[in-house]
Amino acid sequence: MTSFSDKILMRFLANSSWLLGCAVFLFFGVLSPKFLEIANLVNILIQSSSAAIVAIGMTFVLLTGGIDLSVGAIMFLSAVVAGKMVLGGSPLPLVMMAIMVIGVVFGSVNAFFITRLKILAFVVTLATLYVGRGLALMISQTRAMNLPETFLHIGSARPIGIPFPILVLAAVLVLSHLLLTRTAYGRQVYAVGNDLASGIKAGIPVYRIQASVYIVSGLLAAVGGIVSVAQLGAVSPTFGNQREFAAVAAAVLGGTSLFGGRGKVFPGTILGAILIQAVENGLVILNADPYIYPLITASIIFLAVMLDSLRRQQFKKLHSRKTRPA
Amino acid sequence: MNLFECESISKHFHGTTALQDVGFTLEAGQVLGLVGENGAGKSTLMNILGGVLAADTGQMTLLGESYLPRNPAEASARRIAFIHQELNLFTNLSIGENLFITSFPRRTIAGIPVIDRSRLRQATSRLLDLVQLPVDSTTLVERLSPGERQLVEIAKALSVDARLIIFDEPTTSLSARESAHLFGIIERLRSEGRSVIYISHLLDDVLRLADQILVLRDGEVVGRGPKSQFDVGRLVTLMVGRQIEKLYPARSSVPSREVALELKEVSQPGIVENVSFQLHKGEVLGVAGLMGSGRSELARIVFGLETHTRGTILRNGRPLSPHTPKECVRQGIAFLTENRREEGLLMEWDVDRNLGLVQAPSYIRGPLRLIRDAALSEKVTATAKQVRVDTSILRGLAVKSLSGGNQQKVVLGQWLVENPAVFLLDEPTRGIDVGTRYEVYKIINQLAAKGTALLVISSEIEELMGLCDRILVMCQGEITACIMRDQFDREAILRSALRQGSGSKTTA
Repeated sequence: MTSFSDKILMRFLANSSWLLGCAVFLFFGVLSPKFLEIANLVNILIQSSSAAIVAIGMTFVLLTGGIDLSVGAIMFLSAVVAGKMVLGGSPLPLVMMAIMVIGVVFGSVNAFFITRLKILAFVVTLATLYVGRGLALMISQTRAMNLPETFLHIGSARPIGIPFPILVLAAVLVLSHLLLTRTAYGRQVYAVGNDLASGIKAGIPVYRIQASVYIVSGLLAAVGGIVSVAQLGAVSPTFGNQREFAAVAAAVLGGTSLFGGRGKVFPGTILGAILIQAVENGLVILNADPYIYPLITASIIFLAVMLDSLRRQQFKKLHSRKTRPA
Repeated sequence: MNLFECESISKHFHGTTALQDVGFTLEAGQVLGLVGENGAGKSTLMNILGGVLAADTGQMTLLGESYLPRNPAEASARRIAFIHQELNLFTNLSIGENLFITSFPRRTIAGIPVIDRSRLRQATSRLLDLVQLPVDSTTLVERLSPGERQLVEIAKALSVDARLIIFDEPTTSLSARESAHLFGIIERLRSEGRSVIYISHLLDDVLRLADQILVLRDGEVVGRGPKSQFDVGRLVTLMVGRQIEKLYPARSSVPSREVALELKEVSQPGIVENVSFQLHKGEVLGVAGLMGSGRSELARIVFGLETHTRGTILRNGRPLSPHTPKECVRQGIAFLTENRREEGLLMEWDVDRNLGLVQAPSYIRGPLRLIRDAALSEKVTATAKQVRVDTSILRGLAVKSLSGGNQQKVVLGQWLVENPAVFLLDEPTRGIDVGTRYEVYKIINQLAAKGTALLVISSEIEELMGLCDRILVMCQGEITACIMRDQFDREAILRSALRQGSGSKTTA
């Protein structure tokens, strides 16, 4: 018989991400009521959109047990190309298509080296990271680019009353969630992440699935890049720097396992991204020393991952077969 | 017309011959029992049938038509299902999702093809009814017991309306009740006109289920025919290639009166209750009981891998302190785990390094804490010879490419490098063939003769009866009986294993 305290602990751990989220919001809300104002909450959502979009793409990759370190570079490259095209007078729809092509192409390059040449994902995407950043720096000549007003207007537009970034995020979220939970393809992604050998034996086209997740990740990185630059109005040479780690952090915070086979886009990854942004937002409102931002964010992520680990250990303990009623 | 025929099948793997000129026929509604030692070629042959490997030579026909699967999907398409020993289920998905992972029933929402969940549930429930598994179709596989998972695999086979189902060692993780259930299902499959190939080391089971028998040795067919032509003795002789006088070597020694290990009222709520016994030097003490009776848990408690809230464990009269595996090893206690792949071996390493694993720390010398390679190496070589894993080819390979029997001998060897004073063995012969088992029994006898105190946990009562001086029986975490050799009786042991824990103290 499991003890009462064991059951309480299990309940606590199972919902630890939610509880952590509530704790963070409560903490900042108490310290500064401005934090909980609707305008600020919407702000948090807007600010986290691009990171969330990239993190959703990363979730696909993590679910198969892989990793994509090139997403930050793809964001950068897309932003730079978009900037150049807009400054050169290209029509917006063409710009959108171009950056999506960039995302897909980079994703395909990753996919090719990982699934056909069977090189470790970590190594391949690290290489494309450098190639991507290099290309972007070349195109932008290492100079910051300021985009015209028209572009910024899109970023702050509110078609049907909802801010543009949130609209894009919502579309990406709904589509990804549907794809992963309701389609055969989605189920096969989870299967491949759980047991590649069994996947092959079951007749799942494992390499096609693996390839597809990198293409999705590349595409969403490009989209995330555009959403971000539309809000900032400028592309600096450090744009997209280290965003891959923020994406992984958001996914892991949301319950995605780095070993594959476990994780959800909704509510998981999206909450992870929002939580990370909320912490930063809160720290800004509190006028905290900017040098401690990364420390705080890292501690929260660490706490979440530790709670997740405890949860799994507790699950194992509770469900291990007993030989006698205690 | 026969359902399946194959002839002249051969397969080579860089230099070694796995199969040589193998052939057999199978009719619809027949069960073929396939037996052979580890490494005899059973798995290779079935992998060829299942499309995992391609034969080098030979032909196969299915209902008269040529059958040459290039991958498992093609085998599946021709309605041949292969249920492997390590089940191929996705633990993070539900039963229904597992069954239809490549053939989901679909419908469209606004033009996007989506899984039709209600049809999926219906189809899955129907299949679960066929295998008599009363579990909801949305249950995640990770929550199922090994027996239940196996039924899901059978359901998978039925979902492609398999006409030939291959079972590879299906009962190793099953309880007696689950095994009986499985046999019932196989009978049903047979009556439906489906054929079964049943591979197992448990020769009694094979003889019970099969219509036809096929015996392989060293990649060749050495016996083939209807069941009536075979009995356990003949099977063993064919498998091993020589007469094995008895299955168990004669004991040459008698236990001493010195107590090497003693347990007093050891308890851990929910696991074991009030366990007390003494283990003497030179004694082989068996622990019998059904699966889940707490035997392995008890061994793990003794070795310090799990905690216990009450009671004491004494080694040479003194409690172990601190009670950790490291301290146990230091005090000369050895523990052979029942999970050799997860807890016994480092699969990527070679034999020598695995053999030296346990004792390596005591060969560290000097400020740089380097291992004295030469000294350890000598011991390792001697041990490899002792457990008969000595050929230079085998020793250079990564342990993961050895057969199950050889792997088990390596794990055994790990603990023999420094002669243990107390040796706890948990299912030492699980999943290994008759010939290797005999070698293991001989090692156990030799150790007993040298004064080692041995505790042998096994689910095979005959094995314990052949090997031990005394047998303890456990049921639900308690010791329910202690039987001396001259009173060994299979029924009595079984009855003690089934009896409810009575709460009365049984000291042994």
